[in-house]
Amino acid sequence: MDILNLESAEDTPKIILDKGNGIFEISGRSLPEDSAEFYQPILDWIDAYSQDPNPSTDFVFKLEYFNTASSKLILDVLSALEDIDGMTIQWYFHEDDEDMEEAGEEFSELVELPFEFKTY
Amino acid sequence: MKYIFDLHKTMLENDLILVYEGEFTQEITKSVLAMAERNMDSSGEESAVKRKVFNVMVECLQNIVKHADNISDNHSAVFMIGKQEDKYVIISGNPILNENIDGLKKKLENINELDKDGLKELYKSIIKSTEISDKGGAGLGFVDMARKSGNKLGFEFTDLGDGKNSFFCLRTSIDRL
Repeated sequence: MDILNLESAEDTPKIILDKGNGIFEISGRSLPEDSAEFYQPILDWIDAYSQDPNPSTDFVFKLEYFNTASSKLILDVLSALEDIDGMTIQWYFHEDDEDMEEAGEEFSELVELPFEFKTY
Repeated sequence: MKYIFDLHKTMLENDLILVYEGEFTQEITKSVLAMAERNMDSSGEESAVKRKVFNVMVECLQNIVKHADNISDNHSAVFMIGKQEDKYVIISGNPILNENIDGLKKKLENINELDKDGLKELYKSIIKSTEISDKGGAGLGFVDMARKSGNKLGFEFTDLGDGKNSFFCLRTSIDRL
């Protein structure tokens, strides 16, 4: 399966989705002009991955900042991950960033997925 | 050239560290954010405060990019950052069609009536049901600004006197620790 690898920019996060090496990560800042357009390839990739996923998947969110339009798309990403067996969400937040911790807690209340919270 | 001095004085009197007037785009948003971040970095601002200010600025700027009503002879809006002893103030002003005032007012009044938990519930209920609009918004911007700032949103509408349009001013304060 193809690797989805997008370098981060000023207003978009770094994306690595690599089934072979078991790396699934969204990190950095997310405030694109068109969040739906930016996240579509990620949703498409997850859709394809869900047809034949690894036995277990640790999906890492290591976000420094995301805007409200991205938060809706992050929820869409999480919803897409819900259907995949063996899925665990690793939610990273900076140790003094209560808002990012709370954001992760809220997402965990909105989807049926195990969340592990980690600081960096 | 007196207006130059007057503008300078007004900015000092109102503790404004940045004023932008003109067209708003994603590129402008990024530039304004970068300038404000540099200012906060160089003054050694607390990272928690920096994050909140950044957060409110993004929602405020992207709100203008997405929603400011285009009025034939005036496409422009204004954005300002004030920095006082105890707080940052993020201010925006943009034209709005009179017919859109009531809906916006209701939305903002509703947000200002809610406490921390109420805002959290409102956020969760919107994010569950919302679809990204044609304009690219999730309908969460004001709620998020109220949540992240921890303060009420200040707002005012000034009639532009043409029978069609008003000027919408929005003011969000972020306490410095």
